[in-house]
Amino acid sequence: MKRLKPTDVVIVGSGFAGLVMAKEIASRTALNVAVLERGPARSLEKYVEEMDEIDILRVGLGQNPAEQTITLRNTNKQTAVPLRLLALFHPGTGTGGASEAWAGFGERFLPEQMVLATHLREKFGAKRIPPDWTIRDWGITYDEFEDYYWRAEEMMGVSGKAGNLNGKLIPGGNIFEGPRKHEFPNPPLTPTYTMGFWYKAALALGYHPYPMPTAIASQNYTNPYGVSRPGCFYSGFCINHGCKTGAKAMPTSVLMPALENEKNFVLRNNSWVRKIVHRDGHAEGVVYMDENGEETMQPADLVVVAAFTPDSVRLLYLSGIGDPYDPNTGDGTLGMNLTHQVNGGGGGMLVFDEPLNLFMTTSSLSYGVSDFDGDLPEDVPEGVLRGGQFTGGAVQDYLPVMSFGRIPPGAAPRNWGSEWKKAAISYWDRIGPGVGMSMDTYPYRQNYMDLDPTYTDKWGDPLLRFTMEYTDYEQRQFAYAARMSAQFTQKIAEVSKAKLISTGPGGNGGGFRHYDGVRYKTTHIQGGAIMGASPDQSALNTWLQHWKTPNLFVVGSNALPQNAAGHPTTTIVALAYRAADGVIDHYLKRPGLIG
Amino acid sequence: MKRREFILFPAKALGGAVLYSLVGELISADAEDRVKVPLRFFTEEEAKIIQAAAARIIPTDECGPGATEAGVVVYIDRQLASGYGTDKYRYTKGPWVEADETIFGYQGRSTPQDTYRAGIGLLGKDFTALSPEEQDRRLEKLERTRFFQMLRDHCVEGLMCDPMHKGNKNMVGWKLIGYPGPQLSYIAEMEAYPGKAYRVAPQSLSQILGHPVKPVEDETKPIL
Ligand SMILES: Cc1cc2nc3c(=O)[nH]c(=O)nc-3n(C[C@H](O)[C@H](O)[C@H](O)COP(=O)(O)OP(=O)(O)OC[C@H]3O[C@@H](n4cnc5c(N)ncnc54)[C@H](O)[C@@H]3O)c2cc1C
Repeated sequence: MKRLKPTDVVIVGSGFAGLVMAKEIASRTALNVAVLERGPARSLEKYVEEMDEIDILRVGLGQNPAEQTITLRNTNKQTAVPLRLLALFHPGTGTGGASEAWAGFGERFLPEQMVLATHLREKFGAKRIPPDWTIRDWGITYDEFEDYYWRAEEMMGVSGKAGNLNGKLIPGGNIFEGPRKHEFPNPPLTPTYTMGFWYKAALALGYHPYPMPTAIASQNYTNPYGVSRPGCFYSGFCINHGCKTGAKAMPTSVLMPALENEKNFVLRNNSWVRKIVHRDGHAEGVVYMDENGEETMQPADLVVVAAFTPDSVRLLYLSGIGDPYDPNTGDGTLGMNLTHQVNGGGGGMLVFDEPLNLFMTTSSLSYGVSDFDGDLPEDVPEGVLRGGQFTGGAVQDYLPVMSFGRIPPGAAPRNWGSEWKKAAISYWDRIGPGVGMSMDTYPYRQNYMDLDPTYTDKWGDPLLRFTMEYTDYEQRQFAYAARMSAQFTQKIAEVSKAKLISTGPGGNGGGFRHYDGVRYKTTHIQGGAIMGASPDQSALNTWLQHWKTPNLFVVGSNALPQNAAGHPTTTIVALAYRAADGVIDHYLKRPGLIG
Repeated sequence: MKRREFILFPAKALGGAVLYSLVGELISADAEDRVKVPLRFFTEEEAKIIQAAAARIIPTDECGPGATEAGVVVYIDRQLASGYGTDKYRYTKGPWVEADETIFGYQGRSTPQDTYRAGIGLLGKDFTALSPEEQDRRLEKLERTRFFQMLRDHCVEGLMCDPMHKGNKNMVGWKLIGYPGPQLSYIAEMEAYPGKAYRVAPQSLSQILGHPVKPVEDETKPIL
């Protein structure tokens, strides 16, 4: 095995989590930082040439499942099956990871998310909480976390409008959000034509719509690292694509330009980490396959794993770090609290007479409605404890291959031939965006991650195995979202004069009994190495430092004990800032467990 | 070595753009003024069968051009010859097991190439000789097969993709619906066209950028 010169810090993964850690450590200390990234380099110049749909249909910016996938089973009585295509979620690869391909929705979590276990127990009493939920408090509160949110928003240049500035409610913003100390770094994006109807309908229903916070800059913006980028051009090719102008915050547009100037920073692409080497509770470095396929040892004093939930958790398993979770006894913490956010919705198809120019958009341009997010104002027939967040008003992207042929049910006898072609041409660009609701996603005792006993990746290492199933509670969440969305859609039809054509339950979970590996849900996967206040309850402390290996930090959504209705990335970036402070202000001054 | 196979297109139907978009691929016009497009995967006979099936899936009719004018068969040929056709983007390690495909997705061993070869067999050697009605009936029988669903989706892709992929010739697909191509900005148009059609002559990516763009299927470096 090749053995490299030791470095001070080695970081696995170059998404937002990894590169925020790299940037903070490289610019605030004199330490040498090496980032290892399994995929190729990415650049804005290349993204211009990727304004295409066919490459996205094949593998695009995603991890190629031929090299590595996951296996899935619904219960631990079953044998898991490999997902031969990665449709379930889209793990990223290459510089920037999934943080290049993301849509950019950039809201914060509600304050009670950080203390959810306590909050629900106090509000409902232990009896009404499903007994197999393994919700946990984070171990820190929103107030302690607010400044980290702000650093994340400033770095990414989030566009939006505050609804709660230091406790003062501001109409037009999200008045249900936690108090923030600063207005957003950028004003909201320009709304599209269809968003106007969504807004009007929300007001007519007595809701409080607000421009959804997005990490897509609405104007020229320079972040605190001195990195400048232009505002959005609304040209589409955004979600699952890299942004060619960098208006969307991506590691390549908001972090790499600053990191490239740091002399103590190096990024190695095509470097696939297979193991963290450790002895007696101390990480000694990592073993990876370098760009020539040569097995290489990179010794380091401090190891940061930021490979996104499934890969970070798998790396801990492959390295034998932490106690594997046992769903039968509840012992062990590694792999526990796997959650995957799905969205509900439905209510029908809105068909307009006029053309909508839906292709003029960007991926996270929308309004939000949070009147039902978090605690519900009253009990609902579905018996869910908490509601969800409506997001919508515009389509995320409208490209010809994916949009051509979408017609109302019954508009043609089958999905090919002359009649279908005629309908496809006629309906193109006239079916408006529907209504969707994202909801809290709760962890269960029986849902977890471990290594598959049979299937392996291209190097021969075991694949990660998901054991995951919906319960009656998720079905009730889908039913709640479907009912609320139907009401909203009806009102949009009224204010827009669009024709409402009924379809089945929508969203990417509704209407199905099992958690399946076929339909894309989101790439919001949490848990496996969660944070908490004590080592018997969590793998990490609140600085994302490993309880049993203090010179190892595991940064990302793996740390979230449950997921909020909101999109997770702003929270992930904020957690990375806190982990960086943990390293720089605490660990380096006094190596060992922080606390 | 395999004999080089071609498919013939009437040059008039294709116009100059085809010559432009197929540059570098040995194009020759024969005595009857037909353009020979070299095939990468299909034999000439297979290409004709797929072309005939595609013409029923997206017919040429009073609504305008269809799969034939778009060159869908050439698009599919290029895709099948690429890494995609041999499952370079799919996990293919065993053991292979039977499982509920609505939960776990397709678990069979067939590559897209295999699926097409089998599907062409199902369409039959006589497919091109059938009347359009008879062809439809044969396709209807296959509607639920993996082959048909793949072919149907590939037809939409071949009609609506960027012309760099050899489908959507002359941007006939985009002209059918009024899609302007991958324009770089809609800042002004967003507010100037609320509920009003913004329909301009489409441009392909390479026209917009002013230089050729290499499609994924031409990637020469090994994927694995
Ligand atoms: C299509 C899409 C849309 C999304 N939209 C939103 C949204 O609107 N809002 C939101 O909040 N979130 C969204 N997300 C989720 C968001 O992308 C993630 O939350 C975020 O990117 C996570 O950042 P990260 O740094 O933790 O991981 P990543 O950005 O994925 O980075 C992890 C990196 O680690 C590398 N890596 C993994 N294993 C290894 C290894 N063994 N060796 C070396 N390198 C390795 C990977 O190649 C990757 O580059 C979306 C995701 C997708 C795919």
